[in-house]
Amino acid sequence: MAQTTVVESYTGPSAKELARKYGLGAAGRLPSLLEYTRQLWAYRHFIWEFAGAKVSAALGNTRLGMVWQVLTPLFNAGVYYVIFGVLLNTKGGVHNFIPYLCTGVFIFGYTQSVVQAGIQAISGNLGLIRALHFPRASLPLSITLVEARNMIASIAVLMGIVLLTGEPINLQWLLLVPALLLQTIFNAGFAMLVGRLGSKLHDLRQLIPFIMRVWMYGSAVLYPVTRFTEHLHGWKLNLVLANPMLVYIELMRHALMENVKLAASPTLLWTEAVIWAVVMGIGGYAYFWRGEKGYGRG
Amino acid sequence: MADEERIPTVIAENAHIIYRIHGSVSAAQNSPVSSFRRLVTRTKSAAVREVHAVKGVNFIAYKGEAIGLIGTNGSGKSTLLRAIAGLLPVEAGGAIYAAGQPSLLGVNAALMNDLSGERNVVLGCLAMGMTPAEVKGQVDDIIEFSGINERGDFSSLPMRTYSSGMGARLRFAIAAAKKHDVLLIDEALATGDAKFRKRSEQRVRDLRAEAGTVFLVSHSEQSIRDTCERTIWLESGELRADGPTEDVMKEYETYVKK
Repeated sequence: MAQTTVVESYTGPSAKELARKYGLGAAGRLPSLLEYTRQLWAYRHFIWEFAGAKVSAALGNTRLGMVWQVLTPLFNAGVYYVIFGVLLNTKGGVHNFIPYLCTGVFIFGYTQSVVQAGIQAISGNLGLIRALHFPRASLPLSITLVEARNMIASIAVLMGIVLLTGEPINLQWLLLVPALLLQTIFNAGFAMLVGRLGSKLHDLRQLIPFIMRVWMYGSAVLYPVTRFTEHLHGWKLNLVLANPMLVYIELMRHALMENVKLAASPTLLWTEAVIWAVVMGIGGYAYFWRGEKGYGRG
Repeated sequence: MADEERIPTVIAENAHIIYRIHGSVSAAQNSPVSSFRRLVTRTKSAAVREVHAVKGVNFIAYKGEAIGLIGTNGSGKSTLLRAIAGLLPVEAGGAIYAAGQPSLLGVNAALMNDLSGERNVVLGCLAMGMTPAEVKGQVDDIIEFSGINERGDFSSLPMRTYSSGMGARLRFAIAAAKKHDVLLIDEALATGDAKFRKRSEQRVRDLRAEAGTVFLVSHSEQSIRDTCERTIWLESGELRADGPTEDVMKEYETYVKK
């Protein structure tokens, strides 16, 4: 009779023993961090392809296609040039304000777009998550990769602006490579952090624009950093100087521009940049990994 | 067949699955005032509701079996599949064990609609853990099998231009390209025309021959009869029957016709 099979399966050893005997894993078990990292490494080609797919999907409908990767930062810089360079003629004591401003806008924009996309890394890909099994950290990592590629185009534009406004090329420019690398690690960790947060707290998406705007004003993007360093003292100054975005922006200005007044000594800035990259990179990764098994629930 | 020779691939022991649904509030409860009152008085939102979808299911699936899952709408079939795939957690006190990583193949499985079919094949294969070299060797076979190129070169068009049947066929072709220890198919065979259904049934049989286990959820009694020799009948989250397809189907049909 039909129902008998259920009874029959309990005449043998218990389910647990059976599972162990035949090497079956419990469904929904969390792999160890090391095992997870190994899985993720095996999926590196997927991460790469997914990032490429996202860019083509986003630009596939446009006539200009990939040209937008260069046009977007150009327009961005153009708008800021018109407002701050022509209309307001802001200088704020900085002798070459336009590249100073553009560096801040581009570097901050990098992290900002990673956060905005990262918060939807899980919630925006539920179909894929529910259909196929792969380490979920691939998604925020792909998003970081997409923005990193865009950033390369932005940096090329930025170099043009810096040169056109009369800054000389020198060996110090090479520093932009480690600075961008550290920021990318920081961004990847950040994307994983907000990716998990965004999968649970859907309200966060409404708040992100405001958080990012406040953060931008606190990172000396639109005005010189000397406004902070000259007027703040003690713990308030330390708090401002601990801001990772301020650190990455200052390092890039240091790399690209001559005679620029920094918020702190380069040594301090580099140390902070490394610490932030390590803390956010590892912390964000571990935090994301802990939630691995719950992402399919949505 | 003696029991000792049969190798279990999926074991479910007292599996309970409960959905916790947030935000299922009526319009009256969702006004700003009531939301604010909830925040101020710190009462727990009435919005969290529990749905007990699967209630204590036990079964063992063996290597080489194709198992049909039947039951009326909302009986917990798809939920059970998701739990086997490790996408939904089983409540404490029960467990589901599975060989390798079962993969769930459903008609809802969305790939990227703005990308061409070919690109989706590559992406899907990589997401299943294939190496780029393996993918290269498989792409043409998968597109050929899905038959989306039967009416012209559709594989280079974005997936949003596909008919729903074509999309489902491509998704099935992708998932069926890899050897799975356990393959979970959710209504996928119901889409597609008769010709494709025949081919996909053949593929399911091939997958079984390659020593995997296949679970098939379908409302098409014919496709379950054709592919599965064993059937599990779920009703309101409880296991009503488990046995040879013919026996279970007969019982199910008398139940449905009542």
